[in-house]
Amino acid sequence: MNIQNMILTLQKHWSEQGCILMQAYDVEKGAGTMSPYTFLRAIGPEPWNVAYVEPSRRPADGRYGENPNRLYQHHQFQVIMKPSPDNIQELYLDSLKALGIDPLKHDIRFVEDNWENPSLGCAGLGWEVWLDGMEITQFTYFQQVGGLECKPVSVEITYGIERLASYIQDKEDVFDLEWTNGFTVRDIFLQPEYEHSKYTFETSDPDMLFNLFNIYEKEAHRQMDVGLVHPAYDYVLKCSHVFNLLDARGSISVTERTGYIGRCRNLARKIAKTFYEEREKLGFPILQAKEEN
Amino acid sequence: MSKKDLLLEIGLEEMPARFVTNSMNQLSDKIQAWMMEKKIDFDHVTAFSTPRRLAVMVEGISEAQEDVHEEAKGPAKKIAQDENGEWTKAAIGFCRGQGATVEDIFYKEINGVEYVHVRKFIQGQQTSSLLPELQHVITSLSFPKNMRWADEELKYIRPIKWIIALFGSEIIPFSIAGVQTSNWTMGHRFLGESMEITSPDAYEKTLMSQYVLVNSDERKEGIRNQLKQLEEEHGWVIPVDEDLLEEVTNLVEYPTALFGKFEEEFLQIPQEVLITSMKEHQRYFPVKSKDGDLLPFFVTVRNGGHEHLENVAKGNEKVLRARLSDAAFFYNEDQKTAISDSLKKLESIVYHEEIGTLSQKTARVRKLTNKLAGLLSFNENETVQADRAAEIAKFDLVTHMVYEFPELQGFMGEKYALQKGEDPAVAKAINEHYMPRNAEDGTPESNVGALLSIAEKIDTIAACFAIGIIPSGSQDPYALRRQATGIVQILLNKQWVLPLETIIDLALELVQEDNIAKKALEEIQKDLSAFFKLRIKHILQERGVRYDLIDAVLGNELGSMPSLVKRAEVLEKEKQNPDFKENMEALGRVLNISSKAVHVGEVEERLFENNYEKELYNKYEEVRNQLQNIADEKSLYDLLVSLKPAIDGYFEHTMVMAEQENIRSNRLSQMAKLAEIIRQFANVNEIIVK
Repeated sequence: MNIQNMILTLQKHWSEQGCILMQAYDVEKGAGTMSPYTFLRAIGPEPWNVAYVEPSRRPADGRYGENPNRLYQHHQFQVIMKPSPDNIQELYLDSLKALGIDPLKHDIRFVEDNWENPSLGCAGLGWEVWLDGMEITQFTYFQQVGGLECKPVSVEITYGIERLASYIQDKEDVFDLEWTNGFTVRDIFLQPEYEHSKYTFETSDPDMLFNLFNIYEKEAHRQMDVGLVHPAYDYVLKCSHVFNLLDARGSISVTERTGYIGRCRNLARKIAKTFYEEREKLGFPILQAKEEN
Repeated sequence: MSKKDLLLEIGLEEMPARFVTNSMNQLSDKIQAWMMEKKIDFDHVTAFSTPRRLAVMVEGISEAQEDVHEEAKGPAKKIAQDENGEWTKAAIGFCRGQGATVEDIFYKEINGVEYVHVRKFIQGQQTSSLLPELQHVITSLSFPKNMRWADEELKYIRPIKWIIALFGSEIIPFSIAGVQTSNWTMGHRFLGESMEITSPDAYEKTLMSQYVLVNSDERKEGIRNQLKQLEEEHGWVIPVDEDLLEEVTNLVEYPTALFGKFEEEFLQIPQEVLITSMKEHQRYFPVKSKDGDLLPFFVTVRNGGHEHLENVAKGNEKVLRARLSDAAFFYNEDQKTAISDSLKKLESIVYHEEIGTLSQKTARVRKLTNKLAGLLSFNENETVQADRAAEIAKFDLVTHMVYEFPELQGFMGEKYALQKGEDPAVAKAINEHYMPRNAEDGTPESNVGALLSIAEKIDTIAACFAIGIIPSGSQDPYALRRQATGIVQILLNKQWVLPLETIIDLALELVQEDNIAKKALEEIQKDLSAFFKLRIKHILQERGVRYDLIDAVLGNELGSMPSLVKRAEVLEKEKQNPDFKENMEALGRVLNISSKAVHVGEVEERLFENNYEKELYNKYEEVRNQLQNIADEKSLYDLLVSLKPAIDGYFEHTMVMAEQENIRSNRLSQMAKLAEIIRQFANVNEIIVK
């Protein structure tokens, strides 16, 4: 099965489970969790079921397109269901079956893995799902988001698309994966992988990036002061990406690191709290709509 | 009375493997405690667990609680009856409260006063009516990490999916977090189906038919046997790491061991890297030849049967290949970096915000190493090696490999240092300076490694204490206790007679120089001394020394560790002897009275009033002169004990606290001088002699 069909299959599967199919969010981010469709919507009592593909940038993982397993940008298929359904593990396993993975022919295990994102004040408990020893999915029950206790709890399922595809297509090199119709990951992504790696490690301008971090941070605070959650959050995402670029470049010492992460976390907490209050003012409309049904 | 069996099974989403066994035992203990509290008799308890379930079966439970006969005590007689002998309100109220009448009252004397009593009989309730309380037993389990799910308030190890609560064939009704009890269980996630458990004794068998080996001990032994079988079939040796076996046991419900292989070229990577990668990342068992060489195979335990094993092996091989390719990449990259470049990077790595960078720490440890090498009379060669080892001890912390596998710190340092042309003794010391790495680990073998290990550990401890990081209770994030114990063990194994105080003071001096300390020096010294005393106490306890003997040798300064332990052991041995009590009492008397000495001056013979004073004085001089020639702690003990007759004679005929001031002071000085040499051995008045 090529990647395009995998995505279509997963979309169909989760659509049938009542998820809204969303598109990727248009600001750079390191993981699908950071999309406002997850970070903000996991907050508060309103139900929320979505699925989307999220291109995720990890500058430090850039390898100039030379490493068969590591990418500057990979793709996650992200599912969020709030409240977490009772049969969520079964729903997930059914999605694997839909992808042609018969559990009887493999070894599928749920191995403890607790997830934390300190720069967003998030923590959760769950597993990494192993398929014949390979981690193919991160499965997390959110306990805290933006420093707020999750009530009810959302479950997050994050498939690593390239990982899963390399298993399904039995390829050793991620660039050999077929996206669709004979088009491979190499055709589409090799050049940007090389260029972004070169940019990240060699040609980026740390001074400019430090400046950008400060500018973005300031703008986020300024938008929070007028209660505009979404614009402020966009700037937090930008801060986070700029930080990742600086970190990968080796421009941030260990002590400074904690400081920068702390600055992102403070913003994220403030945004989370304000988002909750704004939804509360609106009377948690999605919850109301559901109750009226 | 007739009996029935009880079965409780909590079905869960996969629990963390490391918590399964403890959780199972906790459930079993709490159920037993509950039954005892409720006075419900039972015969036998068996506990079960898999990643998806915790279960307990109790056989032979009485169908009712035991009946209770007891006497209830009421008011005193004079309050219970008025002057006319009529029952007062107090007495009537008491009886009502006990479900009795005044007719039931009898008197019983307690401490000479008569009190109203009534006999109570509490009929045992039907067990079945009490069992729904098990709900609270289940929710009272505590786990190291808890979670919430969906809309539930309950915090638990993982979401609860089903609960079986059976008493005989009856379902005990209750519900937890929206899950109602039933007699339905789930089989293996893929191979089994849901099944009805008709009675508790059918539990194990029913689950077995659904591919769940619910007895965790049997599951573990099953894996062990499968590993043995693979060993026999292939002529391999598969060393069983018990922690790994335990973890794997708790990752599967139906274990099937299988093997896979990896490319031989990966064997060029150091074995420890391969083994760590297999164990830590993949939970594989590494495979060795009968000669102990690592082979390009691994064993994994699948949660399932024998079908399609080749598929599973192939997938696992693919994962391991990617992992080992990474390791090979890191290994090659690391070889390109010079040690000096790595050391440069340590300058920007903060060890602790208040203690400074790793580079600063290294510099302190290096100075300390040199000072200690001098005190221990290291030869020139060893001194040079120690200096270099101290200088580069931490360079491997910035290599790719240690970043990826932190547990390989020191080990990679040794490998890389050798490759980069360092003296083998230096390389070895880099690895050894982390020893002992845990309670089971040994101490460094080489002098250089032992010295560096002591210097590194005491610097960590001194710097942490200087900023107020002092272990308390379960709080010891920097493992300072283990490190302190390590220092003492190294000194003991090396038989190095350097006083512990000297080591501590030298380390503190350097910490002071770096302006780290946030407290007064004396306070830090006091804290450190108390801290080390406690560690030494534990070490001596483990060696089987009686606690009062430990207190005796720890009574004064700590001094040299080998001597301290030998003195404790001499006492431990001597305490068997019949004259031990008298000897210790004699020496102890000196110590006790010596504390009254205000000013210790020279002993003046002209102030002696009897021969016994003279005799003790001569004996003291003799002992003092011999102290220099003492060969070992036992001889010191014998020498001190030889004072006994003179001490006894002295006390029999001499009153230390004489009226006349100059005589009293002279005698106290004599006592103080004697005490000083006795204390070199031990504070013998701490010893309990019966």
